[in-house]
Amino acid sequence: MSGKYKTPMLDELEKGPWPSFVTEIKKAAKKSSMADDELGQLEKSYVTKRGYWKHGGIVGVLGYGGGVIGRYSSLPDEFPGIAHFHTVRINQTSGFFYTAKALKEICDIWDKYGSGLTNMHGSTGDLVLLGTKTESLEAIFAEYSSRGWDLGSSGSAMRTPSCCVGPGRCEWSNIDTLDITYNLTQEFQDEMHRPSFPYKFKIKTAGCAVDCVAAIARADLSIIGTWKGNIQIDQAEVKKYAGAGMNIQAEIIEMCPTSCMSYNNGEIKIDDAQCSRCMHCIAKMTKALRSGKEKGATLLVGSKAPIVVGSLLSWVIVPFIKVEAPYTELKTLIRSMIEWWDDTAKPRERIGEVLEIKGLRPFLEHIGVPPQPQQVKEPRKDPFFFWAESDFKR
Amino acid sequence: MALPKRQTDIGPPKYDQFIPPVIKKNYGKWKYHEVLSGGTMVHVAESGDALYTVRAASPRILSTETIREICDLAEKYCDGYLRFTTRNNVEFLVSDKSKMDPLLKELQERKFSVGGIGPRISNIVHTQGWVHCHSACTDASGLVKAIMDEVYDYFTTKELPNKVRLAVACCVNMCGAVHCSDIAVVAVHRKVPTIKHELVTKVCEIPTTIASCPTSAIRPNPKDKSVTINEEKCMYCGNCFTVCPPIDIHKPEEDGVAIVVGGKIGSLRTSPKFSKLAIPFFYNEPPRWPKVVAAIKNILDVYAKNAKKHERVGEWIERVGWEEFFNLTGIEFTFQHIDDFTFARDTFRTSAAFKYSR
Repeated sequence: MSGKYKTPMLDELEKGPWPSFVTEIKKAAKKSSMADDELGQLEKSYVTKRGYWKHGGIVGVLGYGGGVIGRYSSLPDEFPGIAHFHTVRINQTSGFFYTAKALKEICDIWDKYGSGLTNMHGSTGDLVLLGTKTESLEAIFAEYSSRGWDLGSSGSAMRTPSCCVGPGRCEWSNIDTLDITYNLTQEFQDEMHRPSFPYKFKIKTAGCAVDCVAAIARADLSIIGTWKGNIQIDQAEVKKYAGAGMNIQAEIIEMCPTSCMSYNNGEIKIDDAQCSRCMHCIAKMTKALRSGKEKGATLLVGSKAPIVVGSLLSWVIVPFIKVEAPYTELKTLIRSMIEWWDDTAKPRERIGEVLEIKGLRPFLEHIGVPPQPQQVKEPRKDPFFFWAESDFKR
Repeated sequence: MALPKRQTDIGPPKYDQFIPPVIKKNYGKWKYHEVLSGGTMVHVAESGDALYTVRAASPRILSTETIREICDLAEKYCDGYLRFTTRNNVEFLVSDKSKMDPLLKELQERKFSVGGIGPRISNIVHTQGWVHCHSACTDASGLVKAIMDEVYDYFTTKELPNKVRLAVACCVNMCGAVHCSDIAVVAVHRKVPTIKHELVTKVCEIPTTIASCPTSAIRPNPKDKSVTINEEKCMYCGNCFTVCPPIDIHKPEEDGVAIVVGGKIGSLRTSPKFSKLAIPFFYNEPPRWPKVVAAIKNILDVYAKNAKKHERVGEWIERVGWEEFFNLTGIEFTFQHIDDFTFARDTFRTSAAFKYSR
């Protein structure tokens, strides 16, 4: 069934050393006429410089409002195999860990009902199955869910939380990112599968401020692991770094953003009260420096991509919170944040946008967090501040 | 054949079923890691146990055939254990050191690209593009392939002052971390959309369409039972198209891509930063976008030559100044570079101290 189309433009993208997505589509096209028509339509896009996908459309499985994204070709007569070409999102595992056995089972089901094309993974984190027909959706859902896999999320809903590799394989992780993400994903299944929010809400959890999951830029709630207490120093290992040629003065001491470190007679000293826990020294001298012993997380809120009034990075809301199983305090706080947003936002407003319009105060009061200097880069510059009745206590 | 019984709201399987015994034993007790090569590293636990990782490139769009091939390799060398990274690479989790060399050899024979670890370029985070998205105004996968072919050595072996994170978004929705990447490509429209009034009447909800416009450029048009767009206010974001498809934002001959630079996500040394505009426009030139690729290579080369060790692209530019960035890269400065939207006034220079253009 493959090879229906000549694809001289796309063939150019099979040249060169980087793995080719065109080769992947061709591999799928050997078995699937859907993938073959996908290839044909894509070649046409490369010639005309425009896409031929129609907008969304509501499709899904019974009882769910999300997890499947409707996609239709705008040229169904020319490319009948992709007249429907819906995306099925599957909740990924925390940290994207899999066994070969589990992945092969996922592939077997997908080959039976879909195009054989996937994204490992989608931008938010879900395992993405690319291209199937409306009539196959219930069967796909039954096959996956009976084997322990559930749909992900789409639309104005909680999106599948995502995280870095965390304690699974990283010495820098201050919190159990995998377990937090698993727990939050389970906690919010209803909010994930039945969109009822003003817009999307994403949660990402990173074990430290290196933030390998881009939590601070890509999540409405960014949970970033951190610590209190002194950085633990192994001076013998410091000497080994120096012996191996590291210029500790230039690369570590002078690059410390708070100038809280010194290096004399082969030893590092840190004034921990002045440390902002940025992770530079620890990341560069991982054998010699370890984070402090009291672990927790900073909660930041609001980041998003530019649609519609500009990108936002998340803002510090809770400077430090303990996050330990069963995460009751965290879950309660998240529910409170969402409740405020849900009550306050207009349709298609992310929580960061609402915070910008309404100011932090009503939000902080609703969730019960006091104002703190850690929440701002600097205090306000203008004299136009509001007063609430409750501020007039004598 | 009867279908198995469906279950609802079960969520994903718990991660602990998929982690190898060495992780289970040393969970949360890792002591340090060492980068062994451009694509391999070892993590050592307090117990002394070691876990080796081999990272291989993926085009993100994977066929089930390739996933099975990856699984076969994991079964042969890693007792079946593998994971994916947040930048869509594959990681083979090797518990037995003696299996490293045979795995690397077989990956090489099968033409997998091993790399992406350390002060290098990792995989490009990107979006669906023409492959599968209604609002794409370029193809993300094609751009990624063309760029990564060009900078391939920085993935596998060559080092940079620090890691460089690349991203490609096929429209301003930016379903990738373009807005905080070292160097990124974002596709942009440049013309006010065309309204098919007769279809607007049929398929769009007028109030939602009006409300979707961030600059209030959309007004009701009772005569046509449709809407009108104020051309002076429209900045071509396409948000109206998303809620009302007959407002067609696509202009294939005038759409193209911009390059933004200097963003970062980590808090190391300096705060996370947004990417800023470096080059406002290139026409789409499929299949390999040669001018875009050359421009990215130029920025990368200038960064590699001028940045201090450990400086990210944005940190280097802030140290030398943006005006010097335009000097060093030879990129032309245009009206488009001067912000006139939400964050504009914070970006105008308020000091008499600056460097001259050369």
